[in-house]
Amino acid sequence: MSRPASGAAAGKIGGAGRRSRGVWLTALPLYLFTIVFVAGPLVYMLVLSFQTKAEGWGVEQVFTWNNYLRILDPVYLDTFLQSLKLAVSTTLLVVLIGYPFGYFMAKLSQAWKRRMMMLIMIPFWTSSLIRLYGWMILLQAKGAVYQTVRFLGFDIDPLKVLYTYPAVLIGMVYALLPFMMLSVYSSAEKMDWSLVEAARDLGASPMKAFLSVTLKLTMPGLLSGVILTFVPSMGLFFIADILGGNKIVLVGSLIQDQLTRGADWPFAAALAVVLMIMTTLLIFLYQKVTHSTELEGLF
Amino acid sequence: MRNRTKLPAVFLAAVMAVMYLPILMVVIYSFNASKLTAIWGGFSLDWYGKLFQDREIREALVNSLVVGGLSCLAAAVIGTLGALGNSRLRLRSKGAVEYIATLPIMIPEIILGMVFLAFFSLLDLPNGMLTLVIAHTAFCIPYIYMMVKARLVGMDHSLEEAARDLGATPVRTFFTVTLPLLLPAVASGCLLAFAMSFDDVIISIFVTGPKVTTLPVKIYTQMKTGVTPEINALCTVMLGVTVMVLLLSGLFRRLGRRTGQ
Repeated sequence: MSRPASGAAAGKIGGAGRRSRGVWLTALPLYLFTIVFVAGPLVYMLVLSFQTKAEGWGVEQVFTWNNYLRILDPVYLDTFLQSLKLAVSTTLLVVLIGYPFGYFMAKLSQAWKRRMMMLIMIPFWTSSLIRLYGWMILLQAKGAVYQTVRFLGFDIDPLKVLYTYPAVLIGMVYALLPFMMLSVYSSAEKMDWSLVEAARDLGASPMKAFLSVTLKLTMPGLLSGVILTFVPSMGLFFIADILGGNKIVLVGSLIQDQLTRGADWPFAAALAVVLMIMTTLLIFLYQKVTHSTELEGLF
Repeated sequence: MRNRTKLPAVFLAAVMAVMYLPILMVVIYSFNASKLTAIWGGFSLDWYGKLFQDREIREALVNSLVVGGLSCLAAAVIGTLGALGNSRLRLRSKGAVEYIATLPIMIPEIILGMVFLAFFSLLDLPNGMLTLVIAHTAFCIPYIYMMVKARLVGMDHSLEEAARDLGATPVRTFFTVTLPLLLPAVASGCLLAFAMSFDDVIISIFVTGPKVTTLPVKIYTQMKTGVTPEINALCTVMLGVTVMVLLLSGLFRRLGRRTGQ
């Protein structure tokens, strides 16, 4: 996952002057597509969020702030807070499991690193639905976990985990953990371990050496993992839907509900704009803190 | 080695075991003869048989493959040329376009799904194959763009210059020198993008029509009603496809590393 050093090679991409027209043509499809199908819809979302919902189905072109004010309604504010709570708990758990994982993985031998990478990649690229489905089988009242415990001779009541908050939390942590593992690993792998040894030789305790050297050097990976966990966890409505059984309503589910059943597109757009602003702020903060434009470990 | 205790290895193994447990469950229970997931009724391939006779699922599978294929193709052309062009342009807009182009994988999927739904209805585009392909292309481009961009940085550009100095036209240089050099990156980007497209639920739900649905959307709607053994079988088949795509992707990457040095 190490990125090749740019330096000299990048400097050589000169000659832009003599073939700039051709170069323009190659970039044109990207510019067109990006402006029409990415920037366009996002701008439209912003416009939509200031419009008024028409009676029945549709949108009226009347300017209003009401959609944003409605978010402050206790019912919706509560949904935002609940989403935030879930996102924060998910992120914390992911850090607690994913950070040591990435750290230990970076200390493995070269061959084991490669094997571990492959092992992480398979669940990572496996349909998240399939993996959720596996949890449903496991957590069902008389599912696999219950059966196993019974088989081992313990007498327990049927599980009451599926369709509750813990089930959603398990699903979220499980779905997002690989991002943290990969980000931290990518950071720790590039780290110069001799610095830790130097700190130890100079008399730092293992704890001190970890906090002042290792943690600092793996910070970009940790932060990138936090973003890659936190941002999607605000919108993964289908995990809450399937493992939470409609009982846990998140911002994502709210947006989907407003779009389909509620038919209130402007309000859905306002919710999405707020979510988008939160996301962008986080990424902006990351870039300021780490002085990097790319998220660690994503590629 | 540096590790004095076995603790890290135990931790890594335990986490991995939990990662694979749900996947393993799905595979095991797909061979369960009993209709109830809670009971093991012996080994059976019945659900696979039922699966291949299900016309709706077959149609959804074909749709998913077509959507994934077309979006990857479009994204490969747009993303590769775009990364190439952007690396050579000296424009202030460069950074902005790159930022917007990679936004689709940075923002929560639900936002992307909702903006596409609203935008397509504004354009009066009926939800169906076309809207699915456009939406999937949008989030496939970043994967290919980033891969190609990383590859361009590490590439030896003197080969292109040599071709140009020897009188090759820019188009010919592209097809005989640049493209072959970029191909491993394009291919592995495509496979990742395809895996993402083949797995996508959230965005597809918003832009899918009543007549055209993709496999994940179909599974999602069935899953909401509970656990059925047929989905187990379907999931196992999809798992097989993913593992295959992944192995291929790794192969391309290794090939790329070899030719790149």
